[in-house]
Amino acid sequence: MRCTFMRANSRSQRSSGFDATELMGVADWSERLVERIREANALGTPLRITGGDTKHFLGRQPRGEQVDVSGHTGVLSYEPTELVVTVRAGTPIAEVQAMLNGSGQCLAFEPPDFGSAATIGGIVASGLSGPCRPYLGSVRDFVLGVTCVNGSGEWLHFGGQVMKNVAGYDVSRLMVGAMGTLGAILDVSFKVLPVPEAEQTRVYEVSEDIAIAKMNEWAAQPLPLSAACYLTNELRIRLSGTEAGVAAAVRDLGGAQDPAGSLFWRALREQQLPFFESTDVLWRLAVPPATPPLGLPGDTLLDWGGAQRWLSSRQGDEAIRAAVQAVGGHATRFRGGDRSLSVFHPLAPGLATLHRNLKNAFDPAGILNPGRLYEEI
Amino acid sequence: MRAPELIAELRRLLPADCLLSDVEALRPYECDGLTAYRELPLAVVIPTDVDQICNVMRYCETHGLPVVARGAGTSLSGGARPHKDGIVLSLARFNQILAIDPTNRTARVQPGVRNLAISEAVAHLGLYYAPDPSSQIACSIGGNVAENAGGIHCLKYGLTVHNVLKLEVVLTNGQRVTLGGDTPDTPGYDLLALLNGSEGMLGIVTEVTVRLLPRPVTAQALLAVFDEVTQAGDAVAAVIASGIVPAGLEMMDNLAIRAAEEFAACGYPVDAAFILICELDGTESEVSQQVERVTGLFLEKGAREVRISRSEDERLKFWSGRKNAFPAVGRISPDYYCIDGTIPRKQLGNVLKGIASLSEQYGLRVANVFHAGDGNLHPLILYDASQPDEFRRTEELGGQILELCVHAGGTITGEHGVGVEKLNQMCVQFSEPELQQFHALKNAFDPRGVLNPGKAVPTLARCAEFNAMHVHAGQLPLPEIERF
Ligand SMILES: Cc1cc2nc3c(=O)[nH]c(=O)nc-3n(C[C@H](O)[C@H](O)[C@H](O)COP(=O)(O)OP(=O)(O)OC[C@H]3O[C@@H](n4cnc5c(N)ncnc54)[C@H](O)[C@@H]3O)c2cc1C
Repeated sequence: MRCTFMRANSRSQRSSGFDATELMGVADWSERLVERIREANALGTPLRITGGDTKHFLGRQPRGEQVDVSGHTGVLSYEPTELVVTVRAGTPIAEVQAMLNGSGQCLAFEPPDFGSAATIGGIVASGLSGPCRPYLGSVRDFVLGVTCVNGSGEWLHFGGQVMKNVAGYDVSRLMVGAMGTLGAILDVSFKVLPVPEAEQTRVYEVSEDIAIAKMNEWAAQPLPLSAACYLTNELRIRLSGTEAGVAAAVRDLGGAQDPAGSLFWRALREQQLPFFESTDVLWRLAVPPATPPLGLPGDTLLDWGGAQRWLSSRQGDEAIRAAVQAVGGHATRFRGGDRSLSVFHPLAPGLATLHRNLKNAFDPAGILNPGRLYEEI
Repeated sequence: MRAPELIAELRRLLPADCLLSDVEALRPYECDGLTAYRELPLAVVIPTDVDQICNVMRYCETHGLPVVARGAGTSLSGGARPHKDGIVLSLARFNQILAIDPTNRTARVQPGVRNLAISEAVAHLGLYYAPDPSSQIACSIGGNVAENAGGIHCLKYGLTVHNVLKLEVVLTNGQRVTLGGDTPDTPGYDLLALLNGSEGMLGIVTEVTVRLLPRPVTAQALLAVFDEVTQAGDAVAAVIASGIVPAGLEMMDNLAIRAAEEFAACGYPVDAAFILICELDGTESEVSQQVERVTGLFLEKGAREVRISRSEDERLKFWSGRKNAFPAVGRISPDYYCIDGTIPRKQLGNVLKGIASLSEQYGLRVANVFHAGDGNLHPLILYDASQPDEFRRTEELGGQILELCVHAGGTITGEHGVGVEKLNQMCVQFSEPELQQFHALKNAFDPRGVLNPGKAVPTLARCAEFNAMHVHAGQLPLPEIERF
């Protein structure tokens, strides 16, 4: 069976396992999107692409006519023995995870939802990953292929459904975290992983600098670490793996068991811990993991074994960015503050030029989510 | 520009010992690991510091002079083959490990450092650099980045792109930029990911910071013997489906087994149709449990015999044949040509059968040794370059095998890159707008097209010509083979 909206070239894999009746609707859908983008491209109309719009708060102030892709749903292929799933961008993350869990697998980067409507396209565009990130990898590490529509309204497919692929530039990964400024994502293929057999959370009462030292010391040992977080004198780690592996690590590392561990990691991922209730500006600081406590005014939570630090603070943007840059890191104003100003850390001049050139290569009229990532792209 | 002028100009930019221009001195640079494609450059520059690279790049961009970066020259796709009207920029003197940070678990190295040298330098810390291409004693980390190199342990620990944190890059205009960082991510577009696998087309990598991983407590290897390709293929799927992620899962066919045994005396069963080598790592108890489960799965899928390594020596012996498979095959044939397609694992049996029919049709032997766990095939076509027409038929057979991979839902290159040899197959895998997007992307980095011109992405004109001449869609090679 071959579907009409697909280009008549030889990539037969795309038609395998599809349902013809379903495809008709999809054909209309993606054709409409292509049409819409072509029109906008011709007229220079800015478009604001949204999935579940659960990450509406992220990035600079969105502008443009809304193009809602949340209706573009469905799993295109999933074969557990291949460890690969391909889903349309509008599919809710929760639905995908539930399906994968049914086969004992998962999207291992623990995507944060920030709301039940969160879609696959949204998580890829915003490039967010959960607590396991330093140990298992980030969303970009698991992306294998992307189908998208660029700013000229061209339907493009990059990467694929196989584990290793170096044919052409890695545009799939380039789409991750681009905040939709390079293309509207239609579907994504991910590598999936088995759900670990066993999991346990251990807690330790320590100071911030000891927590940083411990998290980094343990990360250098062959331990089944899958998360490490420090908040108000409590260091929590999660161990995931085989029964035997987790039991051995528990023996080695001591500490007390946190029976509510899985709820904690979920609340951390979804920013539902009381820490996140503050009305101050929420900053996300990315630093080398072993960086000593930064001592910035406000409250701090350490995640990712020390590499991702959440700071709730009233301190001015400049002071925070300068302090973080001084240790080789970067700061994102994650929630709050003036969204007409820089939200993401300003780019070095050489990089800013490359960003403009790339934007121009994918979206010459500058219509896709303009200004959401940086003012000039 | 004429060669003498160019050389005079380069002499002004570089110390005398950083420039080669005699034909005899240029000879060693005329090809990379894909020796069938050769070309002499006008000159070779071997700079010793980054400023020299910046100056050379600025000069070459101004004059539209092609520049081909070269690490260790082990590329199997012609990526480092010189351009006849340009220069080769060798990174051979950038061979220092600059810093090792045990607490943040990173190493900052120059691009000419050999892959294996990194793991050796951090072994005393219980750390290592995970991606381990078979060429790891020779290939450079800069070349690994350019090709997004993989290896046996990538099944569990990821490819180069997953293990590199930061790059210092010189752009064609001589400007230096830092991509990625010592942080888990950096703001803006993921240019770090983009540089991985970009085949020396976007910038010169002058420094690489890699992530170091803790060495597993222990590792054991299994060697399973199969009589049928379907059994071996099913056994691979069964292991993956079981939720175990092996540290490595490799397959070899009879021709490769015999060659390896002859070369390395590794104790392989020379009458086996296929063997699987599976490595499991972790804590002692974890590994012994998984060894038991995988052994069970192999037997269930029809393995005639499963050997389990009982010592570190034996584990290394199991691997020695696999690791030496390329040179081993090199001994049973005057020449061989290494193909590098990736397919969904479930297609292993089908594609191997397809390769066998093609091999028969072309009258050329093919040995298969490959990364079964991630579906990355390396059919080695045996040929004799001194026989008229044999190389042409070899290339054609290689092309057919790659198209078979694309039709099976796969890709024309898993880890060796497109280089000069797979340009035609790029026309099969990508549409015109996609290729155009690649060219636009390249243009964003290198507007004058001086870095590795003519490689990695075919021109639209070339594809038009290729597609017109090519048996295509309706008329595929080997119509009797099911097209998945
Ligand atoms: C016996 C054998 C076994 C192999 N096994 C494997 C394997 O298991 N897995 C695998 O992935 N590959 C394998 N290869 C292929 C090869 O070793 C890899 O592609 C390797 O990464 C190339 O590194 P190199 O330093 O030799 O690069 P080169 O061959 O010198 O160059 C390769 C490409 O990288 C570019 N380049 C090199 N250095 C830089 C730089 N500093 N900046 C920008 N561009 C640069 C070049 O222009 C060229 O396009 C094998 C090769 C051989 C001969």
